[in-house]
Amino acid sequence: MTALRVVSPGLNTTVQDLGRFGYQAQGVPVAGVLDPVALRLANALVGNAPGEAGLELCALGPRLAVVGEGARLAVVGPVRLTLTRDGESCRLDHDRAHLLRDGDVLALGAVEGAATAVLAVEGGFDLEPVLGSLSTYSRAALGPLGGKALSAGAVLPLRRPHPSDEPCLLLAAPFDYGAGPIRVMPGPQADRFTDEALALFLSSDYAVAKDADRMGLRLEGPGLEHRDGAGIPSDGLVAGCIQVPGNGQPIVLLADHQTVGGYAKIATVISADLPRLGRAVPGTRLRFSAVSLAEAQAARRTLEQAVAAAVAALRSDGGGLDLAALYSANLVSGMVSGEEP
Amino acid sequence: MRISDVGDAAFSVDCTAGPVPAVLAAVLGRAGGVRGLVEVVPGLDSVLIRFDPLATCRAEVEAWVVERLGQAEGLAEAEGRLWRIPVTYDGPDLDAVAMACGLTPARVVELHSGTVFRVRLLGFQPGFAYLGTLPPELRLPRRAEPRLKVPAGSVAMADDMSAVYPWDSPGGWHLLGRADIALFDAERDPPALLAAGDRVEFVPR
Repeated sequence: MTALRVVSPGLNTTVQDLGRFGYQAQGVPVAGVLDPVALRLANALVGNAPGEAGLELCALGPRLAVVGEGARLAVVGPVRLTLTRDGESCRLDHDRAHLLRDGDVLALGAVEGAATAVLAVEGGFDLEPVLGSLSTYSRAALGPLGGKALSAGAVLPLRRPHPSDEPCLLLAAPFDYGAGPIRVMPGPQADRFTDEALALFLSSDYAVAKDADRMGLRLEGPGLEHRDGAGIPSDGLVAGCIQVPGNGQPIVLLADHQTVGGYAKIATVISADLPRLGRAVPGTRLRFSAVSLAEAQAARRTLEQAVAAAVAALRSDGGGLDLAALYSANLVSGMVSGEEP
Repeated sequence: MRISDVGDAAFSVDCTAGPVPAVLAAVLGRAGGVRGLVEVVPGLDSVLIRFDPLATCRAEVEAWVVERLGQAEGLAEAEGRLWRIPVTYDGPDLDAVAMACGLTPARVVELHSGTVFRVRLLGFQPGFAYLGTLPPELRLPRRAEPRLKVPAGSVAMADDMSAVYPWDSPGGWHLLGRADIALFDAERDPPALLAAGDRVEFVPR
């Protein structure tokens, strides 16, 4: 069996795919990666389908040892990677695929400048889905590995016994997530706030509080006043909903958000900007701007085109050990064919 | 019928004057879905419809839902099972609730355990059941500042509802006591113990 063995788990490293759908009506949160763009690109780098489960790293990544016949893996996101092979250590780049051998140890360091990064492995992990998904929802221990974050000594078996012969791919450029205000559609309960509150929300800076986690980002900034109390009859939620409890400080819901909630929601972040929110670290200052449904749909198409373009622009690496190996193989094969009639 | 956008990938159907949300969700479930439909999530007075904005357009999903509203309008909710859940009434908010309601803690326990609740909704957390309806004497708005951690098993109340928290989680309800009951098990089918329409009684221990 080929596997990744967890030497040290990092901080809250979890197995995630694009989410667990179909059980929200029983209270099961969707979960899934905070940054689906990173998962899709990491999967593309190792030749996987876009929704194959990977490892989501938060703040500090794990140290992983390769056991078995080797693996191809890629990390997308700002993480320092250190490979230790035969007692020697060297830096590896993120945003590209690497071929690792039996005994290699890959140390994933601090995630710097983003909340998360994603590791994908060619062929995916050989783990048992729970309720149709490999996403981890640790608050209710749902998912592979007992529904918990990685722990030291855990073994992640791989579906492929050894990596394919494909060349290693890399991103042509780091993915551009865009800048500017986070776009929202007002509602579904914008009418539960004073007119001043919505105007204030759309014209103020909000800072991501330090207790940000996979469930949501608490924001600190001007308080938002309700018209008639913060409570509403609990209703269904999606990632991006911005609920405002009685203290007037908004909370943006992320992947592990509860399925229904009883606080009025002033606005909802559009799907195209969710990956940006999933990357926001504590202290990040956010601005919000209102867009229409048509603008939100156009923004989502633009994001999809950008991801597709990044995948189309993946290129093979132009140097390093792998090319040297390929070159020598060609030379040998050239000599052999020279002796043939 | 009022329909509100919830971003570009969901909308909410207001049911205050319409069908019972769980009934509408069941009717939509039986209808077998429509292209791009991702999830149907009943709320207390509404149903959230989530769709894939790349696979369909909102209007198409909305039309599919609206066509089925009439079917759900006249249907009543099915009568469910009766559960009796033992509770230790020693929650951190019991005294504060008693004071805010102008009652003794013993009277709060008496009223809470003397009510036959009905599961109105599952949500918030896996297996979390919203139980209605709390006697009018016990009704309080939820806490202005939610707790960062409410322990699993906490028996809680807010507004006109009660519930048992199945998991440690953040929460804004008032905590009256504790129960030991597995409200959710992924190995079970369905994984949630309680279902909309079930009745629940709390028994002091």
